[in-house]
Amino acid sequence: MHNSNRGGPADPGGAAVISVDSLAKEYRVYDKPEGLLASVTGLFHRTSRLVEALRGVSLSVGKGEFVALLGPNGAGKTTFLKLLSGIITPSRGTARVLGHVPWERADDFRRRFALVMGQRNQLWWDLPAAESFRLHKEIYRIDSARFDRTRDELVDLLGVRKLMLQPVRELSLGERMKLELVAALLHEPEVLFLDEPTIGLDVVAQHTIHTFLKAVQAERRVTVVLTTHYMKDVAALCERVVVITHGSILHDGPLEEIVDRFTTHKIVTLDLDATPAAGRLERFGFPCEIRGPRATLRIDRTRIADVLPEILRSEGVRDISVEDVPLEEIVAELFRAAPNPSSPNSSAAGATA
Amino acid sequence: MSHSTSAAPSSSTTIGRPFAGLRTWFTMLAICLEERLVYRGDFIIGTLMRFLPIVTQVFLWTAVFNATSRADIAGYSRNDIVAYYLLTMVTRAFSSMPGLSGGIARSVRDGSVKKYLVQPVDYVGYLLAARIAHKVVYYLVAFLPFAGVFYVCRSYFPPIPDVGTIALYVLSLVLSFLLGFFMEATLGMLGFWFLEVSSIIFAYMLVQYLLSGHMFPIDMLVGIPTGIPGVSAADLVRWLPFEYTAYFPAAVWLGKVQGATLVRDLAIEAAWVVVMAVACRIAWWRGTRRYSAFGG
Repeated sequence: MHNSNRGGPADPGGAAVISVDSLAKEYRVYDKPEGLLASVTGLFHRTSRLVEALRGVSLSVGKGEFVALLGPNGAGKTTFLKLLSGIITPSRGTARVLGHVPWERADDFRRRFALVMGQRNQLWWDLPAAESFRLHKEIYRIDSARFDRTRDELVDLLGVRKLMLQPVRELSLGERMKLELVAALLHEPEVLFLDEPTIGLDVVAQHTIHTFLKAVQAERRVTVVLTTHYMKDVAALCERVVVITHGSILHDGPLEEIVDRFTTHKIVTLDLDATPAAGRLERFGFPCEIRGPRATLRIDRTRIADVLPEILRSEGVRDISVEDVPLEEIVAELFRAAPNPSSPNSSAAGATA
Repeated sequence: MSHSTSAAPSSSTTIGRPFAGLRTWFTMLAICLEERLVYRGDFIIGTLMRFLPIVTQVFLWTAVFNATSRADIAGYSRNDIVAYYLLTMVTRAFSSMPGLSGGIARSVRDGSVKKYLVQPVDYVGYLLAARIAHKVVYYLVAFLPFAGVFYVCRSYFPPIPDVGTIALYVLSLVLSFLLGFFMEATLGMLGFWFLEVSSIIFAYMLVQYLLSGHMFPIDMLVGIPTGIPGVSAADLVRWLPFEYTAYFPAAVWLGKVQGATLVRDLAIEAAWVVVMAVACRIAWWRGTRRYSAFGG
C-alpha cells in the first residue's frame, strides 16, 4: 500500500490514482423565514448565504488503497465523492482521478470507475438484474467472454446467482445492494466509490459485503474510497481513514493511529467474587458501570501498567479484560471536539473562505 | 478476476468495435421493450380510453352539421370531419409523449439523473430508445382496436391516396414522432432550472391542443385575419411546430395539402425536428452544467 504519500497534495512519482489539491465546494442556499408574510416578501427579495461543503481538501490515494471517509452528517463526505465521480464541479481547487479531471466526464474516464450510492438504484426496478447487467455489458463495451466470466465470479462471491433472474422490485434491500455491487463491478473499474454501501443492512449482509469487497479489492487491486457511518465497515475493510468534519480533513492515517492519537483511556472490566463495596474501586480508575459482581472502569492509559498488577493482587478478582475505548465513542468524541470554522466563536473563522 | 485480466483492463475492454454505439442503443431498446411489456395491462386500458374523446368529437360535429343547412364547413363535409379526427388520432399516436417531460423533470428532482452523468451513456439517446420501445408496444396493443374502428368508419373516408402520397404521409408521421419527442424532452429539461415544471407542461399542452389541429382542422383558420395584410392565422400556425404533431399528416392523407405546398410543409416540419433536437442537446448540456455547479 502507498502509505508514504498520504495527506500530500500530489505524489511526485505520479503513482497516485487520485490526487486532490485544495478542493473546495460552496453552495448558495436561500433562507426561507417562517410565516406567510415572510413567504410573500420572499417572492421579491430572497436572502442567501454561502455554505461551504468542502473547504480546501488535499489528499492523494495510491493504487489499491482502501480508504474510508468518516464524518458526521453534513461534513462533506458525499460532496467529496460527487466531485471525484464528476457529478459536480468544484468552486476551487483541482482533482485528478486516473489522470482525468472527473467533472469533464470523458467517456474514457467513465468506463474506468464506478459509483455506488447506498440508496440509489442503477438496476432496472421491474426487470431481473441480469437484464441490467446485459445493458452494462453494452454501455461499458465489455466483450462477451470476459463479461460472462466476471459476472459469474461476482455473483458466486456474493451468492446471488439465483436472484439474478428475479425482478429487482421483489428483492430485499440487502439482496438489491449485492446486485448493485455486481453491476458496478462488471466493467472491472480501477476505482470504486462507495457511498454508504451497508446502510440499513442486517449484520449478515454487512458481513457478506465486507468479505466480498475485501476479496475483490485484494484480487484486482481496485482503489476504493468509501463513506460510512458504521465503524464495522471501517474496521473490516480500511487501512486508511480520512476524518472529515466541517468540510476539512481532521485526520488522515491508519485506523490504529486514530485510536492512539485520540484516546486517553482504556476500558478495564473486572469479574469479582461479589458486588464491590462502594468506593472500593475508585483508587484504580473511574468506575463507569457496576452491575453485580461485574465492574467496568476507565483507566488512564499512562497509568495502566501500574494499575493492572495492583488490581490483580487485590482480593476477589476472578477475571480481567483490558480493551480500547470502542471506536464509535472515539469517533463520536472526535466529531464533537472538531472546531467549526464557520461558527463565530472559532478562531479559524473564514480561514479558507 | 485473475491477474492476467486485470493487467490492462481499459485497453482490452474498449477494443474498437464497429457500430458499438448502435449496438448499445439496440440493447437499450430491447431492454426498454421488456420493461414496457411488464405493464401491458395498463397499456391495454390506456389504449382503449383514447377512443373516447374521438366519439364525443364525432357526436359534436354531427350535431353541428344537423343544425346547419351547409354541406361543408371550411371545406370539410361531415364525412371529412370524422375521417379527419380519426386520422389526427393516428398522428397523436406517433407524436404524443405521455410522461416524457414529467419523467425527465422528476429524474432531475430526485437525483436519478446522476446515473447518466456517471455512466458512459447518452441520456437523450437512452430516452429516445425508451420512447420508441414505448411506442412499439403501444402499436402492438392498439393495432386491432384501431383497425376495427377504421373498418367500421370506412365509409367516411375518401378513396385511398396513391402510393407517393402514402409514402409522404408515413414520412410526415415519422417526423411528427421525432418532433413530439424533442419538443417534450426539451420541455422536461427545464427541470434543471425550475423545481416544478408541471404548470409549464400544462400551458404547453393547452397551446398544443389549440394549435396542433387536435381540436379543429387548422385550415379552418384560413379566414381568420392576423392584422398583417395577406397573412391569415393558418399562415402563422404553419410556421410553428404544433400543427405538425396532429393536423399536417392527416391533411396529407386527405389530400388537403398537395404538390409544392406539401413539399414546403414537409421541409418546415423537418426543420423543426432539427431545431428541437439541437435545443434539446443545448438544454441537456447547459442543464447538466448548472446541475453540477449547484451541487447535484
